[in-house]
Amino acid sequence: MTSAVTVNEGVDSPYALSHLDALESEAVHIFREVAGEFERPVILFSGGKDSIVMLHLALKAFAPAAVPFTLLHVDTGHNFPEVLAYRDRVVAEHGLRLHVASVQEYIDAGKLRERPDGVRNPLQTVPLTEAIQQHRFDAVFGGGRRDEEKARAKERVFSLRDEFSQWDPRRQRPELWQLYNGRHAPGEHVRVFPLSNWTELDVWQYIAREDIDLPQIYFAHEREVFKRSGMWLTAGEWGGPKDQETVETRLVRYRTVGDMSCTGAVDSDATTLDAVITEIAASRLTERGATRADDKMSEAAMEDRKREGYF
Amino acid sequence: MSTTAENAKQLADLSATTLLRFATAGSVDDGKSTLVGRLLHDSKSVLTDQLEAVEAASLKRGQEAPDLALLTDGLRAEREQGITIDVAYRYFATPRRRFILADTPGHVQYTRNMVTGASTADLAVVLVDARNGVIEQTRRHAAVAALLRVPHVVLAVNKMDLVAYEEKVFATIAEEFTAYASELGVPEITAIPISALAGDNVVEPSAHMDWYGGPTVLEHLETVPVSHDLTSCHARLPVQYVIRPQTAELPDYRGYAGQIAAGTFRVGEPVTVLPSGRTSTIAGIDLLGESVDVAWTPQSVTLLLADDIDISRGDLIVPSGDAPPTTQDVEATVCHVADQPLTVGQRVLLKHTTRTVKAIVKGIESRLTLDDLSQHPNPGQLVANDIGRVTVRTAEPLALDSYAASRRTGSFLLIDPADGTTLAAGMAGESFATHKVLTTVEDEEGWDF
Repeated sequence: MTSAVTVNEGVDSPYALSHLDALESEAVHIFREVAGEFERPVILFSGGKDSIVMLHLALKAFAPAAVPFTLLHVDTGHNFPEVLAYRDRVVAEHGLRLHVASVQEYIDAGKLRERPDGVRNPLQTVPLTEAIQQHRFDAVFGGGRRDEEKARAKERVFSLRDEFSQWDPRRQRPELWQLYNGRHAPGEHVRVFPLSNWTELDVWQYIAREDIDLPQIYFAHEREVFKRSGMWLTAGEWGGPKDQETVETRLVRYRTVGDMSCTGAVDSDATTLDAVITEIAASRLTERGATRADDKMSEAAMEDRKREGYF
Repeated sequence: MSTTAENAKQLADLSATTLLRFATAGSVDDGKSTLVGRLLHDSKSVLTDQLEAVEAASLKRGQEAPDLALLTDGLRAEREQGITIDVAYRYFATPRRRFILADTPGHVQYTRNMVTGASTADLAVVLVDARNGVIEQTRRHAAVAALLRVPHVVLAVNKMDLVAYEEKVFATIAEEFTAYASELGVPEITAIPISALAGDNVVEPSAHMDWYGGPTVLEHLETVPVSHDLTSCHARLPVQYVIRPQTAELPDYRGYAGQIAAGTFRVGEPVTVLPSGRTSTIAGIDLLGESVDVAWTPQSVTLLLADDIDISRGDLIVPSGDAPPTTQDVEATVCHVADQPLTVGQRVLLKHTTRTVKAIVKGIESRLTLDDLSQHPNPGQLVANDIGRVTVRTAEPLALDSYAASRRTGSFLLIDPADGTTLAAGMAGESFATHKVLTTVEDEEGWDF
C-alpha cells in the first residue's frame, strides 16, 4: 500500500474524479437512498439507452446482491420489436421481475381513445399512473435528464407526486446538499431521477466505457422509412405510410427510442459507439429536437404532460 | 464546420475530464441571464433547435430579437411573467471540463434559492453592476456563499462597457468586495471585469481592458481546483444500505454501502461505528464491483469489516481515533426554506446523512440580518428565507461534525413530520468567523408578535 496521501491541488489531482466517475457515484448514492428509505420502488424500463444505463447503475450499486427493485415498462403497442426483444433478454439475464402496462389493452378496453394523429406517447400517462396505484409503488425511477428539455431542467432528483401522480413545479421541495427528502403520504409517491445531472453525451460515453449492450437500432442500419412532420418514421402496421407518404430505404439510426409514431430516425453512418459519440458531439440539434414529434406540439408540451403524471 | 468537427473530436475525448458545480447569484437587472446565456452560447451549448424555439417564441411575443431568457425559463408561469421562479440546473462542457450550473433566480425569494444552489456548489459567481458597485444584495450573496462554505467565489463586475472600461471603477469594487468577503471567511475570491452583453472577458478576453491580466470567467471555471486537501479531512462513511446477497456462493457477505462523505478509507484501517462506538478493521473495499485498497470522497463504495458487528442504515463509519462527538443537542445555523414558519417547541424530523430522527426545536437564539450580519436575539420564529441560530434536541444521539469541517456531515434538514415538507437547511456549529451580536432587542424591521 502507498504511504502518506499527497494531494496536488489542481485539475490533475489524483483524487479528482473524472466527470463520469462523479456522475456514477452520485447516481449510485441515489439508488441506495431509495433502497434504504422506500418500501416498493420500481424502475421504469423502456429498453431505451437511459433506462439501460439506469439498470446498469442499479446492478453495480447492489452488487454482489441482486437489484432490490422490480421493473415497469409502459408498452405503447407501437414499440420497436428489436427493443422489446432486448427488454425481455435483459430481464431474463438478470433474473428481474417485469411489470408491463399496456396502452393497447387500454385502447381495446375502451379506456383510452386513439388520437387522430396516431401518436401514442401522451397516452402512456394513464396506464403508468394506474400501474403505480395498483402495485402501490412508492418510488418510481425514471431515466429523465435535466438537459433534455427546459421543463425537465426544473425537475428535482426526488420529485413528490400526489395521489394523481401530478407534478406541481411551484410546490417542489428545495433540494439541499445530497440530503434527499423522500417523505410522502400514503397514496403519494416519489419520482426519482438518478440521471438528472447527466447529458446525452455523458450517457453515450458511459455506455462506451462500461461496454453496455444496446438494442441495435441505436446504430446505423438500412431501414424502410417515410417522412412525416419533417421526421423519418419507421414504416409499419402501426399507421404509416399514408397517402402521399412514400417509403424509402435509408441508412439511419435512432437517438432516442420510444413510440414508433413519434420517434424519428436520423440519417447516420455511425455503426460503432465511437462513431455515435463523435456524431452526438458534433450535432447541432438536441436529442429531442431531432427525433421527438410530441415535444414540438407546443412550447410547454413537456411541462403539461409532466403535470399530468408523465415521467 | 471544421471548428465543429474539431470541437466534436475534443469532446469525444472527454471521459477523463472533471466536473465543476457552480452557482450564479445576482439580482434582477445585473445581467445574470445574459451572462448565463453568453456562457451557454459561446461554449456552443445552445443547439440550433433550441435557438429556433426561442426565436419562434420571441416572435410570437412580438419581440424582434431572440430573448435568451426564454432559453432558461422552463416553466409556463416563468415565461408568462418573464421571471425565474425556481432554481434550474444547466449543463455545458468545454474540452477541459464539464459544468453543472445551478441557475438561481435573483428575485425576492433569493435566500432559499441561493442556499439551495450553493449547497452543492464548488464555486459561486456573484454579479455586480459596475455602475452601482457593492450594494446590499451583493453583501447578501457574499454572506450566503460564506455561510454555505462555497470554496471559491468569483466577483464578476458586469457592464464594464457602461463605465468606459475604467480600471479604477473595477479596482474600487473589487477591493471593497474582497475586504468584505474575506472578513466573512470566504477562502478564495477572484474578481473579473466583464461585459456579459458585449462578451468581454466571459469566454473571450476583452479587447477593451488591456489593464486586466487575469483569466476570463470561463477560463477561471475551467482551471479552478475542485478537489480539496484530503489529508486534512476527517474520513466519514454514512451507511446507506447493508448489502447481503445470501446466495449459495456468498452466504456470509455483509457489505456496508455508502458514499464517502469526506476523506479517505484504506484496507487494514481500524474503524469505529457511531453512535454505538463498536470497533473493527476494514477488511476490504469494493468500488462498484472492483476491489481497491483505498477509496476517497465522493466515491460510492461498499466496506467489508473484519468483525461481524451490528451496523445498519444511519450509522457512521469513521477511523478509530478520529470520531466526531455524538450529541443530542444540536446547535446550528439554519436557513428556513418553507412557507410555514419554524417556531420554538415545534416537533420536527432531522435528517442528517442517512439518519432521520425525531427532534424538537428547543430555542431560536437569533435571527441574522444578511445586510449587515447583525444578529437579532430571540425572534420567536423563523419565516421563509430567514437565517437564524437554533438549538435542536434530538431523540437519538447524532455523530455530527461542524459544517465548517465537513459540508456533508455537518449539514442536515429539518422536516415537518405531518406532511413531509422540508422546513430548513441546517449547518451545525459556528457559522461566521466574526459575529456582531446586538445586545438590545431593537429591531428596525419591527417584528409584530
